[in-house]
Amino acid sequence: MDSPLRLITTEVTPAAELARTIEALLVVASQPLPLEELAAAAQVDSAEVEQSLELLAEKFSEERSGIVLEHVAGGYAFRASAAATEACARLFEKPVEKGLSQAALETLAIVAYLGPVTRPEIARIRGVNVDGVIAGLAERGLIAEGGRENEFGAIRYRTTPLFERIFGLESLASLPAADDLGADVTEIRERLEAVAEKRPA
Amino acid sequence: MPAVRELELDLDAFEGPFDLLLSLVLREELPLREVDLAEIVIAFIENLSERGELDLDACGEFLVLISALLELKARAMFPDEDAELAELEPEEAAEELARRLAEYRRAKEAANWLRGRLDERRDLFFRTGPAPLAPKPERKLAQQDPTKLVAALRGLAIEPPTPSTAHMALRFPPVTQFLDRWRSLLRRRTRFDFDQEVAGLTRVEVAVAFLALLELRKQDEIAIAQSGPFAPIRISRADAERSLSWTAHSA
Repeated sequence: MDSPLRLITTEVTPAAELARTIEALLVVASQPLPLEELAAAAQVDSAEVEQSLELLAEKFSEERSGIVLEHVAGGYAFRASAAATEACARLFEKPVEKGLSQAALETLAIVAYLGPVTRPEIARIRGVNVDGVIAGLAERGLIAEGGRENEFGAIRYRTTPLFERIFGLESLASLPAADDLGADVTEIRERLEAVAEKRPA
Repeated sequence: MPAVRELELDLDAFEGPFDLLLSLVLREELPLREVDLAEIVIAFIENLSERGELDLDACGEFLVLISALLELKARAMFPDEDAELAELEPEEAAEELARRLAEYRRAKEAANWLRGRLDERRDLFFRTGPAPLAPKPERKLAQQDPTKLVAALRGLAIEPPTPSTAHMALRFPPVTQFLDRWRSLLRRRTRFDFDQEVAGLTRVEVAVAFLALLELRKQDEIAIAQSGPFAPIRISRADAERSLSWTAHSA
């Protein structure tokens, strides 16, 4: 006579029910879903979704599951566990990030930090023509057109949510602060002068 | 043959020989930005085709001059960065150079950071396919008042007024139609009874048929006889009537 017992164990609390719904939404989505979109689809408020996400993060963690919940590109999404990498690699490719050149990464970095930014502006910083690199990045879906400098001006480029996803960024704010990158102007200045002094007059 | 430099120009910004235009531009007395160079090219080609012979020397000279002008104009239209730098004092130039190097260095460092990030995530797989189609947002209609619908329907439910036939005039058949009819009838028969012949016709047609009879009587083609009021009207050919009366007399 275990049927009444089974009835009790399958009874679902509202919180667990919402967690199920959120889980279902994330499994259908092919890109990260922002908190607000999850709340709108489940017809609850954001605070409740956040609670569900906490439950789900526990359930879908590297330690416990082949599916891992991550907060990325301004939303929440499932990815495969790192433990399943080899099997995944046998079945799937990663065409977007495959074979990104140094030039592409530098250009991508400039767009990420300074975007929306025009091609001439990028070319001025890199010192070379960037038309080909820009076209390649746009084709991969890592950058996209984001308006114009003015009505008839140069096209401005910005990074896409896919860029944040590929690089595992919650948002562009997750990039390291620009001031923390590389040498500062005075240091470079000193080095330039050192080179100039060594040069025979 | 006139040399290229003597080519007469009639442009918006300048009128005169090409040579003068060149010296004005070089002396910076005429801003090149206001000169439409395409017009000069057209003027030269027109001049060339008028002459009908190909002067290669002239073409060569023209090409050299016009390309020099194009280059000057292009430089005038786009701010020259090198010139900006050249105007700087050595101290400022060094500062500018250092600033640009630092900017590039930063981009390079950011690229390295991204590379590291990519390496960390190299082993992670996730779905990146296109999103499934979102449901079409429901079109929300404004709150409606059912009495408005009632009022609108009431407007439609009124019985339409009967159409007026006042414009439709009575149609009279032409008198000639009955003239022909009576004449052909009288060719076959010497006499007939009017009421019999018009049986089944409308009142208007009967009236017109009667008018035709009066017309025939006027022309003396027939004789009309009626024994009393509302008695049948007897029609007979005029000649038959005469013979008849003559017969009656004789009888």
